[in-house]
Formats: sequence, C-alpha cells, structure tokens
Amino acid sequence: MVGRDVAAAALGRLERGYEGEASVIQRHAALTRFAGSRIHQNLAEEDATLRVRIRHHGRTGVAVTNRLSPAGLEEVVARAALIAAHAASEADPPPLAEPPGESVDSDLGWIEATAAADPGARAAGARTVIDAGVARGLTASGAFSTEAQQRTVVNTGGLVASHRVTQAKLVTVMHGPAGETGYAQSISTDLSTIDAQAVGEEAAERTARAADPTDLAPGEYPVVLGEYAVAEILEYLAFMAFSGLAIEEGRACVELGQPAFGSNVTIWDDGQDPAGIPSAIDFEGVTKQRVDLISHGVARATVHDGATAHRAGVPRTGHGLPAPNTFGPLCWNLFMAPGETPRSSLAQGVERGLLVTRFHYVNVVHPKKGILTGMTRDGTFLIENGTVAGPVRNLRFTQSIPDAFSNISAIAAESRLVGADYTGIVSRVPAVRIDAWNFTGATANEADV
Amino acid sequence: MNDLIERAIDAATGSGAAYADVRIVEHQAEALTVKNGSLAAANSERSAGFGVRVLVDGAWGFASSQDLDLDEAQRVARLAVAIARASRLAGGPPVVLDDTPPAAGHWGTPYVEDPFAVSLEEKLRILFEADAAMARAGGITLREATMEADRDRKLFGSSEGARLEQDLVSCGAGIVATAVNDNETQERSYPKSIGGQVVGGGFEAIRDMDLPGHGQRIAEEAVALLDAPQCPSGEMTVILEASQVAIQVHESCGHPTELDRALGMEASFAGTSFLTVDRLDRFRYGSDIVNIDADATAAGGLGTFGWDDEGVAAQNVPLVSGGQFVGYLTSRETAPVINRRSMGSSRAASWRNLPLIRMTNVSLRPGAAGSLDDLIADTDEGILLGTNRSWSIDERRLNFQFGTQVGWLIRKGKLAEMVRNPTYTGITPRFWGSCDAICSADAWTQWGEPYCGKGEPMQTASVGHGAAPARFRKVQVGVGQW
Repeated sequence: MVGRDVAAAALGRLERGYEGEASVIQRHAALTRFAGSRIHQNLAEEDATLRVRIRHHGRTGVAVTNRLSPAGLEEVVARAALIAAHAASEADPPPLAEPPGESVDSDLGWIEATAAADPGARAAGARTVIDAGVARGLTASGAFSTEAQQRTVVNTGGLVASHRVTQAKLVTVMHGPAGETGYAQSISTDLSTIDAQAVGEEAAERTARAADPTDLAPGEYPVVLGEYAVAEILEYLAFMAFSGLAIEEGRACVELGQPAFGSNVTIWDDGQDPAGIPSAIDFEGVTKQRVDLISHGVARATVHDGATAHRAGVPRTGHGLPAPNTFGPLCWNLFMAPGETPRSSLAQGVERGLLVTRFHYVNVVHPKKGILTGMTRDGTFLIENGTVAGPVRNLRFTQSIPDAFSNISAIAAESRLVGADYTGIVSRVPAVRIDAWNFTGATANEADV
Repeated sequence: MNDLIERAIDAATGSGAAYADVRIVEHQAEALTVKNGSLAAANSERSAGFGVRVLVDGAWGFASSQDLDLDEAQRVARLAVAIARASRLAGGPPVVLDDTPPAAGHWGTPYVEDPFAVSLEEKLRILFEADAAMARAGGITLREATMEADRDRKLFGSSEGARLEQDLVSCGAGIVATAVNDNETQERSYPKSIGGQVVGGGFEAIRDMDLPGHGQRIAEEAVALLDAPQCPSGEMTVILEASQVAIQVHESCGHPTELDRALGMEASFAGTSFLTVDRLDRFRYGSDIVNIDADATAAGGLGTFGWDDEGVAAQNVPLVSGGQFVGYLTSRETAPVINRRSMGSSRAASWRNLPLIRMTNVSLRPGAAGSLDDLIADTDEGILLGTNRSWSIDERRLNFQFGTQVGWLIRKGKLAEMVRNPTYTGITPRFWGSCDAICSADAWTQWGEPYCGKGEPMQTASVGHGAAPARFRKVQVGVGQW
C-alpha cells in the first residue's frame, strides 16, 4: 500500500467521535562508509513507519508501528486509543491541521536517479575520494549516502498531504602522516551533482596545508568561519533562537522585535526552496512557509508547530516534528543571506586571527545567553596580515553567538549547502569574518600527554 | 523466526558469503511526559525487522528489512552479498574475524516488576505527584517529569552455528525544574539530567527513585540558582558528584577506549582516539587509584546483556588498572589487531543497523574515601559540582569542557554558598592523573546513559556507567566570559 492508503486505512479504524492524524514515513537509505582508504561498512535499509495520533474528548494518545498489515493497523489504533483513554483531558487542545484548498502531493527535490542509486555508484564515489587522498599520501575516511523518503500525513479533518524527496551526501576527512586532517562535504538532492573528485581534492588540499601545526595561546581573535562552521552555528540557533517553544518558555537567546545580531545578518527558513534540500510539508501535514527569522539583524519571527501556534494565537508555519513532541517546532531548511565580499578576500584586514573550517562536538553552555562551546577540527589555520600563515593545533571556544553575530564584519558573496552531521538540518550559508571570537583552551600536543 | 534465520543464512552462503549473521529484533517502547501539570506526551512504539550481515571475499555487506517473510529474508541476504561485492571496489586487506566459538542459549534481563505490565494510571500517578511536588516550590517556569520503558526481543544466528535469544528490558524516569528570569535559565534535575536515570531492569527501580520526594528540593534549588553568584574562575580542587563522574567516564574513557575509534574507523564522524594501539599497556591514563572496567554483566546496567550482537558472551574486562591503560572495547573484527579475542561490545541500536563497538557498562571502580560528606570534610577548599548540563570534547578525546547545573563552594571541609553556571575544563590524562580520592562502594551508583550517539547513519545506544563521587586537584573552573 502507498503511504496515504495506509494512513487512511488506520484512521478508518477509529471509533465514532474520535479525531486523528496518521503519518507514514517510507524510507530507503543506503550508505557506503570508508576508513583507512578502504570501504569498511556498506549497508542498505528499508522501513515504513505509521504514527497515529488520536484524540477523544480532549484526551490524546500516540502509537507507532512498522507492522502495516490490517492486523498491525488495528493494533496500533487500539494502542493509541488505550493511551488516550487514560490521558488527562486538555481544556483547549490544539486542533488538527486544517486541509489546504487541495491535497498536497509534492515531489519537490525528488530525483529518480538518486532514489535508484546502487551500491556500485556509491563505492565508485568512495573510490574516487580515496584515490584523491592516496595521490597526496593521505588516508581517506568518509561516507557516501543516498536516501529516498516519502512523508504522508492524513487527518480526519480532511487533510491529505505528501512529499517525497531524495538526498545524496558525500563527506570525507583525510589524515596526513603526522595526524593532520582536512574535511570536505557535498550534499544535494541529485546524486549526479555530487562531484566526488572535487570533494576529494578539497579535503586533500586542506589536509596538506594542515601539516605541522603550531600551538596558539587561547584568547580573543578575529576569525573567518568557513561555511561548514557557519552552518553548525545556525544548527544551534535553530534550537536556541528560532523555535516558537523556546520563545514561549523564555529560554531563547533572542527577543522578537529586537535587534539580535548585526544589521548585516539575515536568516530565514524555507522548505520550498530547491536551493536547499526541500521539505514541502511538516510532520503534521502542514505546508511549509518561508519564515523570515532574522531580518537585517532584528528577530522577526519564529517557527511554529500546531501546539505553539495555538498557544501563541498565530498560524502554523509547517515546522512540526513527529508526535508526541515536547521538543517544540524546528526549522531544518535554513538560509543565511550572502554578503558582497569575495570569499577569497575574507581574510584581508585580519592582522592576526584564525580560519576555522569546522567545529566538533558543539554544545550549549547557556541557552539564554546563546553561549556555545566546542572544538575546531579538520583544518584550523592562523591568519597573519590578511593571509593564511599556517596550521595551528585545534582550539576550544566558549562564545556567545549573539555577541559574535553582532560582530560580523564581512560576509562572503558565495554560499554553500551544508548538511549537519547530527541533526540533519540543512543550511545554505556563506563564510563570514567575525571580529572577536573567544577561544578558551587548546587541545594537547599528544607527545606531551 | 528461526526459519527466517536459516533461510537468510542459506541464501547468503549460497550466494558466496563466507560468513553471515542474522538478527531479528522486536522493539517495544513507551514514553510519558508530564509538563507543567499536563500530560504533554504519551507514546507507544513497536518496530520489528531483521538485518543480514555478510562477509564476501573479506568485505562487509549489510541489508535490512521490516518484512519478516522468508522470501524477503532471501532477497535481503542476496542484497547484502551484492553490497559486499561492491565494497571490494575499494577494499583493503580482507576482514578476519576472531575465533570466538559460536554460542547457543537464552538470556533475559532480571527484573521484579515488568515495566510494561504496570498500569498507565500508576505511572501517571508518580509523574503527576512529582510535578505537584515541584510546583510547591513556587517560582518555577517549567516542570517536566518523564518516564520510559524499552524492551528488545532479539534472535541471533550465524553461519558458524550461533543461535541466541535475548529479552532485554530497561526503564527509567527523571524530573527537571527550570527557573527563568530576564537573564538566566537555571535547571535542576533528579536523579540525573538528560533523560533521567535509566536502568536495565524493572519498574522497581523507578519506585525506588521516589521522584515526588525530590521534586520540591530541586525546584527550590533551581529558583535559588537564578540569584546565586556566578561560578568563580581559576584553578581549584573539584569534587564531582557521582552522575557527573559517570558522564566524565563516558566521554573521556569510554569513547577513547573504543578500538574502532583508535583504528580510525570512526575518523570521519565521531573522531579518533588519543589512546592509540601503541599505548596499550604502556600509557599512564590516570592516578594509581583510577580503575575503570567494562562490565557487561553488571546488575542493573544499561549496557548489560547475555551476548553482544556478534554472539560474544558478556564479560567484565579492565580498561584502566591502577592508572595504566590496559584494555579496549572490541569487536570480532578489531580484536585480532591487538592479538586478543573480542570482549563483546559490538552492538546495534536497531534491527536496521550494523553492530558497532559500543560501551557496555564502563565504570570507575569505587575507592576508599568514604561517603560524599566524608570527602567534602576532607577538602579544605574547593568546589562541588553536581548534575551535568553541557558536555564537549575534542575528536581525539583529550580537551574536554563540562558544565554542571550547580556548584557549591567548599571552605574548611564544609559546603558554603551555591554558585551558578559552573564549568570546568582539562586534558583527559592530566585530569585523571589529578584524581586523589574516590568515594567508597556505598556511594557508588550504576548510572544509565540512554542517548549515546555514534556511527553513520547515527545509532543511539544505551550504555551504563558506575561511578562514585571523586576529587580532582588543580582543575580549571569557570571557563569563558560571563
């Protein structure tokens, strides 16, 4: 059965007087992983999951299954009903998403060739990256993944919405003989646009420049953050600044209507833009809206799911996560406006600072102040008198992001699509120059430990 | 189900696999969240499927499916073989498994009260009572009480003849009170943060937590933290409460002793390790009193099982002994690299995932410093840090920084004022080298960490860490600009 048939069949089992929402996620994913310049893990997985949220007299229950037989549908609806029967009644529960004028059936970002990718194509891409490293005496690690996903949501209010999308992603970290490393990534809906040779060359070139790092004393430095690093910061802003729930609960690091960052910073979320990895509907079946989050430095809006929109008395924006969700809404199609400085000129004017390729293991130290900590990784370089002088050992930062994004002195004219490693948030971002970034520690020279 | 295993193995070996294993998993989960006096989430999940892993010409292939059907087993096994053949396009030396003998048997998590047999009313009663207790404090913006239960029924078979059945049960709960003002967000949790305390065992563990009995205290502490002074900066003596010791062990010992990391197999994602193979048995990891083991047989551990997902029996092995680095977490593929047999730490998060090296119960053994009160009394000046709030460590697992929910200054062997936003940082072997006291067995707790991420696609594993409060000298505290 296709997703909407499964969802409709599940809702057809509801007793009279119940309302409900059924969502089906069908996913085919494959990943070829390599390390030490050889493929060491290679897999394919298929699954389809049905999630049923039902409500009766204000009592809500959610149940999930991947047993999609008639008996499985019967069982999952019964389980959700059992939970609802025991749940406390909410006086003013959020309504189900209203159906748009006509049902949504989107394939924005669906590329048949990506969906049909075979293990040989991924292995060949891995081999290309490996060869690029070997040619420079480097070992390559990484992963080449392809995925096809269809999300379908049906509710008893008449909503029927589905979206299918594909994604291909190639990442690599290369290691030099002395432990130096360099990173590169490419992500697209279209497998044919993943240039494995370019990914390999980018990482290899970065690794070659990273050999023999020197120690740099922690302190405050100007930085040029490459796109991978900027995307990681935006990933955390999605949680700390752009969530309607974070604003509602008073724990966000921005205040709506107030300047949050410098006037040169504009950030929005747009699941309909094919320049990202599109996501036409959310997990409640709501068509995603473009949300202008930061306009010229001012916090203009947040994203909402059904619950936060209902409490705030505003329309949903199409950013709901799978039910039941206490986490709040999330934006996962972020864009940051490019500037006018050529990327290659960002370091100009930096007397003594750092070029950061990417961060590692970033975490929130203080959500309200927007303070993050994390390490640099896979290509950290000293800038002296406007040019890259050489590699430095990785550094730890502890930095307020509102402070940093209020000190962006240049934004690259070019942007790049970057997929987050942990959350799957995809951002199209430029590289930036920030006048002050607080490095609070450095990793050890391993010979000294 | 055994027919499915046989069919898949026959299909794999018939298609050229030199080795094949099959895991069938039925997963059951339940999660409840009470937030600010309302049932915010009630969720029941079930998932079932199987995965087939094969070795063809020394290269791995893996495929999985939700369709528990004999013909599908045959298709998936052949797909796994095709994937393994593709791996040869960039293959290295052939994978060689260790000589672990195939096992057969059944194992189940010991428990008194099946968490899935406890009524929803009873679970909600505990959560709502805990919520009400937090509400009594006043001044709290957010109150959250959570409870979860998980069960995995696993069948495992291999072409070497292993045939295993397991019934793994875990459950846990926790509460968190959050106070917010214009400048601060302050949290206190019980029994620990980040999902609460989760154990391998039954509902009796949740009853023993007495969530309602701790609700008001943590809520009052969260409110008090809003106006507490900022944690001072400087080098000082630090006492970590037991749950913070557990997360310190997780990040700075558990992950770096994963042999796949040390061999570079996770280099592109989670990272590598400073505990390189040449340092095994030759590297001073900590002070003489630091003893850390990986014990998959520990009672109540979230990393406790009968066999890992390669069919290797659970065992207890030392990782750090008398401060010396002496062991790794291993798999059947990696253990031969260090001339050992797998110690059984290869696990998959789901039927759809490949097994990876995961922590079992990586625990700091108790010391002889008595109770936490004894340790505080023995400390002239310093700071007590409690309950994890943030964590970060570099990809070699050397430079770490942690934040905790609360700190209390220590003066002349007594707790003095509470401080907010405490952080501390260090370099792993120097930090453990500065450990000069570990509390005794009575202060030792088997903690559960249910959200350990690793691998691509990322797998979330449940692992355990036994720990007691411990003291560290000359630690950098109060990092950053506040």
